[in-house]
Amino acid sequence: MFTITVESSPTRQSFQISTGDSVLVGSEKCLSNLIPVGCRGGGCGVCKVRVVEGDYSSKCMSKAHICDAQAADGYVLACRVYPLSDMCIELVKR
Amino acid sequence: MKKGVMRPGHVQIRVLDLEEALEHYRDLLGLIEMDRDTQGRVYLKGWTEVDKFSVVLRKADEPGMDFMGFKVLNNEVLSQLESDLTAYGCDVEQISSGELKGCGRRIRFVAPTGHSFELYAEKEQTGKWGLSNVNPEAWPRGLKGMKATRFDHCLLYGPNVEATYQLFRDVLGFDLAEQVVDPEGNRIAAFLTASMKAHDVAFIDCPEPGKFHHASFFLDSWEQVLRAGDLISMTDTSIDIGPTRHGLTHGQTIYFFDPSGNRNEVFCGGDYHYPDHPPVTWKAEDLGKAIFYHDRVLNERFLSVLT
Repeated sequence: MFTITVESSPTRQSFQISTGDSVLVGSEKCLSNLIPVGCRGGGCGVCKVRVVEGDYSSKCMSKAHICDAQAADGYVLACRVYPLSDMCIELVKR
Repeated sequence: MKKGVMRPGHVQIRVLDLEEALEHYRDLLGLIEMDRDTQGRVYLKGWTEVDKFSVVLRKADEPGMDFMGFKVLNNEVLSQLESDLTAYGCDVEQISSGELKGCGRRIRFVAPTGHSFELYAEKEQTGKWGLSNVNPEAWPRGLKGMKATRFDHCLLYGPNVEATYQLFRDVLGFDLAEQVVDPEGNRIAAFLTASMKAHDVAFIDCPEPGKFHHASFFLDSWEQVLRAGDLISMTDTSIDIGPTRHGLTHGQTIYFFDPSGNRNEVFCGGDYHYPDHPPVTWKAEDLGKAIFYHDRVLNERFLSVLT
């Protein structure tokens, strides 16, 4: 169980996530509605967030939405990210 | 007026992971794996389809649709449509026989919505999977998952729906079966058919060109659509919406996503269209009911989640 903190000014909210769930699915299961839900498959780009802090593993995601430069800056699609520690993320305006 | 385009013949879909995609399309949808090629592409089809394949999966960095192909009556028709497309102002690309294994010469053009379409006249016919063409049984044993019977249509999002409709109508002979019209009289959706089906391809207006909304596969009954919903939950597959009914075409449907985020539909039923039928019109202000007949409310995801 990890804690995901979502920074989106002015509020700061968090939810708990079970091991094995992606950050997006964890958010959905907590009914947090913090992260917008799209395809859940790394394809549509709707759940783009930036990782501020924390360790994670990730599956491949569409380069149409996360190019190499963005990936280097910590941008990810929340549906493809699996926490390995508590994490802090910030929402990305579409 | 018919111009010799028969039916949707194939769709090539980009996926991020080929093995995950195969588990989805083969084991969950129940498509039959027919072949692979030296590019690593995988060829599949629904069990009722007579031609060798209808779905091609290609591993890529971005999901979405590479192209959709229509089969035409014969090579004379193909040559005629090739010159008609050129005369209409389309750039027509030649793709030689065998580039897709078992498929004859193809011609490719880009519609004003930004999507690539192909026409071809010949494809190897392997027959319905698991059945003889003489005294065929009702269905083959050993089908998997949803037991999808055939690739049916695609819904595509892009700009210039009107110009694309005119191209499909005037050059390729498609009819407008259903449409969505806004209060100013602009056509924002066009459901087109080359057959008696309610749609063989459909377009919805969207500023970004070339976007893929879904590929759809036909099931026999509402019970099969509910069973598909059960399988989506059993496999923890990403669901979009349903089971429900569409207003447009009145098909009974469920939407879900493949592991790369491409949307799929399985559906049954739906209206029919003859060439003398006037188009059915839905008002844009009632789009909720047009898309989801029971909820009568459109979810944002249906309009904005695309690959």
